[in-house]
This record gives sequence, structure tokens and C-alpha cells, in this order.
Amino acid sequence: MNWPLEAFLSFLAAGAFGVVFNAPRRTLISCGLVGMSGWLIYRAYFLAFDDSVQATFAGAFAVALVAHILAKKFKMPMIVFSVAGIIPLVPGSKAYNAMRNIVENNYLEAMAFAADALMVSGAIAMGLVFAEVLMQMVFKRQAKRIQKKIGMTQN
Amino acid sequence: MTQIVETRRELALDCFLLAGKIMMESGAETYRIEDTMIRMAASQKMMDCHCFITPTGIMFSPSDELATRFVRINNRRTDLEQVALVNAVSRKLVAGELTLQQAYEEMQRIDQNDYMFPLQLQVLAAAMASGCFLILLGGGWADLPFAFLIGGTAFYIVEMILEKTRVKFFAEFIGALAIGASASLVIYAGLGQDLDTIMIGSVMPLVPGLLITNAVRDLMAGHFVSGLSKGAEAFLTAFAIGAGIALVLSF
Repeated sequence: MNWPLEAFLSFLAAGAFGVVFNAPRRTLISCGLVGMSGWLIYRAYFLAFDDSVQATFAGAFAVALVAHILAKKFKMPMIVFSVAGIIPLVPGSKAYNAMRNIVENNYLEAMAFAADALMVSGAIAMGLVFAEVLMQMVFKRQAKRIQKKIGMTQN
Repeated sequence: MTQIVETRRELALDCFLLAGKIMMESGAETYRIEDTMIRMAASQKMMDCHCFITPTGIMFSPSDELATRFVRINNRRTDLEQVALVNAVSRKLVAGELTLQQAYEEMQRIDQNDYMFPLQLQVLAAAMASGCFLILLGGGWADLPFAFLIGGTAFYIVEMILEKTRVKFFAEFIGALAIGASASLVIYAGLGQDLDTIMIGSVMPLVPGLLITNAVRDLMAGHFVSGLSKGAEAFLTAFAIGAGIALVLSF
């Protein structure tokens, strides 16, 4: 596997998705970096342990973590960074294979692919949520201080 | 004196609802919209506010004396720049850098301006993303120009049909159909090598990424109504794409 090429391509792809989703212009490079880190961690984990569900979880976790840090840095909503970064992890080929096998009447194989695609989507969701919870715990003290400053009650 | 206070409160309500409307139309998460509106209200000394947000409408109830207001949200698209801009304005309002009047004018300017990248650039970006995904998913370099062309064209077709008909699922179905048909043609003409990777790469720009992430985050934050409806939208989009591809494959 060609690491620099994959890094460059995933950077380019995530940046291009930033343009499609109309991310603010000065964050486009950061969007690319988020996508690149997610994809590289996914690939590294996949090559090391050969489990696409766990690898996707690790990738989504990395995406959400980096997106959170960038969101704090740029003072922008986290969604600006995370959306483009998630796209490379979406199980497009598995869903495609499931659809193809359904059309060709291979329902057993289609079920296997569909279940795999479902598990991978679930892993993306869990990765996002875990990173969110972690970051909330880290930033809770900071957030409380800010809320006290602007006179907002904790509810 | 009371009259002035009353108009000021009306202005505040308009401002909050406009902020919520812009954010929902550009694809922000539900809990962020709610958080933004409540924070803005708190900065204007309006405690004890309630808002209920769904992808198709926002209700905001300021307090006992003032009437509850409602705005309808008709069309949603993905425009992260507007989300970031409204967020910046609300931060400034909460920090006291902007007055309510200034913030409202700023919101109106954001609402009226069009911040989208030009369509040619978006099509180029979609084409580039398709090409990148083709290689990332293990396709050969010989297929690269086809994925580039097909991905860009499909994105353009979807945008055009969306503009004409306003039916999102139909536009995505036709886009996927065009991808499938042109990828098959390229293979039958003996130019391309691998049908599967060309199709998967070209389909990637249509994937409902924003909806998937938003649906999950809304569900986790306890906004079940918007989480489920966004999830349904994502599922229908995926289904439309899958049906378009499947129709071609079945021949």
C-alpha cells in the first residue's frame, strides 16, 4: 500500500467534499486534514487487525476527535469539520455489493453484505458518539466556567 | 416605556427565530440550534424560554406574557458556511459585542446572501472526489478519467433536476441511473476495466453524509423527532441511489 498517495487522495477527496457542502473557505484545508486522519487511521487499523467494523470505529473516532479540536480552535460548529471527514468511511462498496447481489437473486450473499454495511454504519455512529462523550468530559469544566461568565444557568 | 420594551422583545423574537430558521435550512444539528436560540434568549434577559425544533418547523415560547411564535422551514440544503456565520453572530450577541438590532440586521444579510460556491466549482469538486475515491477503493488508474467525468456529470444532473422539480429523491434516483448507464456503456465500449469501482466512486458525491451524522447526533442528544426524520431522509436517499444503480444492473 502506498501511504503518501492514499494520504494525498483522502486529503483531496475530503477537501472536495468541503466544497460540495460549502464549508467556509478558510476551513477547507482543515476539512481535508480531518478526512485524511480518519482514512489513514482506518486503513492502518484495517491492515493491522483485518476487521473493517473496528477499523471504521477507530476512523470515525479520530474524525470526531480532530473535528472537535479544530472546532475549538476556529470557534465554529464541529459539524463544519466532521461531515466531510466521515464520507470516506461510509460503506459504499458493501452497500453496492449488497444491492448487486439482490438484483442477481443471490439473497444469501446480499444479506451478508447488507449486515456488514449496517455494522459499519453503526460503527461510524458509535465512533462519533464516543468521541463526543470524551470531549464533553474534557471540556465540561471549561464550558461551566464560560456559562457562569455569561450568566447562564445549568439545565 | 413599556411600548419600547415590547417592540424590543418582538425584535428579539424575530432575531432568534430567523437564526434558527437559517441554521435549520443550512443543515445544522437540532441540539445546536436549540442551544443557540436559548443562549441568545438568555443574553437578552429572557429566562425560562422553551423551543421545540423539528426539521420542518421551529416553535419558540419566550415566557408567560409573550405569545408563542412559529416558523415553517420549507427547503433544506447543505450550506455549512451559513451555519458558521450565524454561529459567529450569536456568539458576538451573547458576548455583548453586537446589539440586538445589529445582530438582526446581520442575520437578515446572511439570510439574503448566497454563500454557495459557484456550481462549476462544485461540479469540479464532485468530479475530483469521485476520482479520488476510485483510486482509494482499489480501482485502476485507467478508469480514473471515466469516474471523474461520470461523477461530475451525475452531480450536475442531480443539481439541475433538483432546481427544476424540487423532488430530492427523484433527482438522486435519476442521477444514480445516469451513473449506472454511463458506467455500463464505458465498460461495453471496452474503454473501462472495472464496472464496480467506477460506479462506487461516481456515486460517492451523492451520499447523504450530513444527514447520517446529524441523525445520529440528534438521536444521542435526545431529539428523537428530528433524529428519526433525518434518519428517514438519509435512508430514502440511500434507497433512491441504490434503486437507480439496481435498475441498471438488472439488465
